[in-house]
Amino acid sequence: MIGVDVLDEVFIKNGLIVAFLTVGVMLFLADWMSKKIFNKRIPGVAIAILAALVMAYFGGDKGISNHSFFSGMALLGGAMFRDFTIVATAMGANLSELRKTGLPGIISLFIGVTVTFFVGGSIGYAMGYTDAVSFTTIGAGACTYIVGPITGAAIGASSDLIAISIAAGVVKTIFVTIITPLVAKKIGLDNPSTAMIFGGMIGTTSGVAAGLAATDPKLVPYGALTATFYTGMGVLLCPSVFYLLMVYLL
Amino acid sequence: MKIYGVAFLAACYLIGQVIGKYIGIGLGIGGNVGGVGIAMILLVLINDRFYKKISLHVETQAGVLFWSSMYIPVIVAMSSILNVKVALSNGWVAIFSGILATSCCYLLIPLISKWSQLNLKESIE
Repeated sequence: MIGVDVLDEVFIKNGLIVAFLTVGVMLFLADWMSKKIFNKRIPGVAIAILAALVMAYFGGDKGISNHSFFSGMALLGGAMFRDFTIVATAMGANLSELRKTGLPGIISLFIGVTVTFFVGGSIGYAMGYTDAVSFTTIGAGACTYIVGPITGAAIGASSDLIAISIAAGVVKTIFVTIITPLVAKKIGLDNPSTAMIFGGMIGTTSGVAAGLAATDPKLVPYGALTATFYTGMGVLLCPSVFYLLMVYLL
Repeated sequence: MKIYGVAFLAACYLIGQVIGKYIGIGLGIGGNVGGVGIAMILLVLINDRFYKKISLHVETQAGVLFWSSMYIPVIVAMSSILNVKVALSNGWVAIFSGILATSCCYLLIPLISKWSQLNLKESIE
């Protein structure tokens, strides 16, 4: 009994360190599986991310970190470390590559937000959410799980509508994480320039970062750079221009 | 010293966060707009300058590179704290709109990529 209590106390007190150990072991096992079982056809990172998503399913609203034992995962995987390490990846980025795709990157941001909003909203519309507020909230949620609730709150959407929009954004992040390494070749995602366009079109920083990490870690800084502007663009357009347009149309 | 690199990275990050916050306030939408992107551009620009002149000291670079390599573990941890249950249990609307809207964007990526390469060629010629 005393042994369990002591372990409990040590592990909960040192959450971040436990997270280091957990993720390290996960990546080690995933790499081993990638080599021995999948013959390197599925990258170790992709396996680790998938395992993490499965673990999250068995957690609660904050995934696995709902268990006090894994509370440190919330710190290691939180916005602060995510953004700090993404900035650090810029060390490997090439200035002239960034310059080359500057304008297409910005254009892809605009197209990405617009297409996602209208397709996402239309699907909500087809499934019975036909008023302007619902269309806008669901469309914004399809952009990212941050754009959805901000937009919903701004235009007075109900809380279950906001929950749907957050869910749509999380579905997107998971989908992007899993699907990117699988379709990378087909969409020509093997160079910095396309990675920047990819980041602008897809936008969810977490999904883009995780998807590119599983595809080719060298491309991460390029995709992440444009993706970080996507949520801002979405928050700017959805509750204003797009909402007014939907009020006019519906 | 490695801490110089970490401190340099921290400075870029914080400056980006502050500027991003002000852009958010300026646009009247709150939140942080492009803070990470600005920090990345800052880091690339300064690194590029120093690289040409004296090149950042190897140890200093190692301080940044360590955090850059921690990026994948952080992403794994991040995946483990997503609200996967809600994403899957909140009905088909969320699943369909999330997946179909994103799929359309995937289909457009090769087109925009091609267009940007054409544009680039024209601007060179």
